[in-house]
Amino acid sequence: MQNPLRSEAAAFRFVGVVVVAAALIVGAARANTWFGLAVALVLVGGVALWYWHEPSPAPPPVEVPHGEHAVHRVLVIANETVGGRALSQTLIECVRGRPAELLVVAPALNSQLRYWTSDEDGARAAAQERVHASVAALGELGLAARGEVGDAEPLQAIEDAMRTFGADEVVISTHPVGRSNWLEHGLVEEARRRFDLPITHVIVDLEAEGA
Amino acid sequence: MAAIHAEHLEHPPEPYYSSRVAPPILGMFLFIASEVMLFGSFFTAYFFVRVVNGVQWPTPPFHLPVFVALINTCILVTSSFTMHWALQSIKRGNVWGLRAGLLLTFLMGLTFLLTQAREYSRLGFAPKDGAFPTIFYSLTGLHGAHVFVGLSILLFMTIRAFRGHFSPEHHHGVEIGGIYWHFVDVMWIVVYTTVYIL
Repeated sequence: MQNPLRSEAAAFRFVGVVVVAAALIVGAARANTWFGLAVALVLVGGVALWYWHEPSPAPPPVEVPHGEHAVHRVLVIANETVGGRALSQTLIECVRGRPAELLVVAPALNSQLRYWTSDEDGARAAAQERVHASVAALGELGLAARGEVGDAEPLQAIEDAMRTFGADEVVISTHPVGRSNWLEHGLVEEARRRFDLPITHVIVDLEAEGA
Repeated sequence: MAAIHAEHLEHPPEPYYSSRVAPPILGMFLFIASEVMLFGSFFTAYFFVRVVNGVQWPTPPFHLPVFVALINTCILVTSSFTMHWALQSIKRGNVWGLRAGLLLTFLMGLTFLLTQAREYSRLGFAPKDGAFPTIFYSLTGLHGAHVFVGLSILLFMTIRAFRGHFSPEHHHGVEIGGIYWHFVDVMWIVVYTTVYIL
């Protein structure tokens, strides 16, 4: 959604939109009051829809401290796929032959209604359970990992974690194409654009692994 | 980089905001959202009076100075252009363009307000004369109060511009004041269209 008052330039454009809309409404109302009302409703609805569907400007790339550490730091973003074998395999390859520290972050995914009403206890609890299971599974594989629940918005969860963890590498785990909401929203591409870090994308097919 | 990280671990992380909108602009946006609600309550009263009365608007024998208000509207819309020009100028490093733009915007806003005050004195009716005059003065007066606030902001912006406070890199003060001024302009177009024309 585009905010019509996001900046001075946007507000100036909005003045133009309102002037044109007002002129059209007055013209229609002069012909017929009900026609004027109909034009007003259509214009207000149309303008609102246009601003609603207009994409927001892309946020600027994020600069966070990272670099060469004695211990290689890997940030893992995953949710339902957090216990997938493909992810574990990738992480083992990531840290092979060097001391490493892993932070597993599971965004507290929630429904839109629950998100807007701040009803996120259930989502956080579910994410926490997945994190516990994942950290335990990684521990059994000999990988030092800790976990935490992140923001419902995965890009925000990555940014939050990077600021406190100082990762050297990010691993994003998703479902396969067609079943992944994150891929549908271009999460991996957007993360690569925003964060100046090596980003590995792992596809975990839980159905195939379970078969 | 390692030094940066070490320092990072010794201290709390740098504060940052996640909304992707600069806090001052977000503040102005929230302020304007509350203003929209305020104007909305006045418009609700206005439409209630018109619909419930079900008679000609303005109710006889009152007349509204539609032509003078049109001139005033043109002045206010033009001031949005000069405001925009001022900001574009400072973004390009043109300090005198900024100063001229802000000064012109201020003068046009002042002209608008003085013209409105002059019209008030010639209308021939007072707020106590009935529902129509009450809602007319309430709506236009509320907008006039916002123009006054906008003029005060513009005055400070203009003084700061002449003191050299703004640069191509630092002009948030102009940006934020500009958003408010355009909002005042938009509200007037709505007031003029609904109260004077329709």
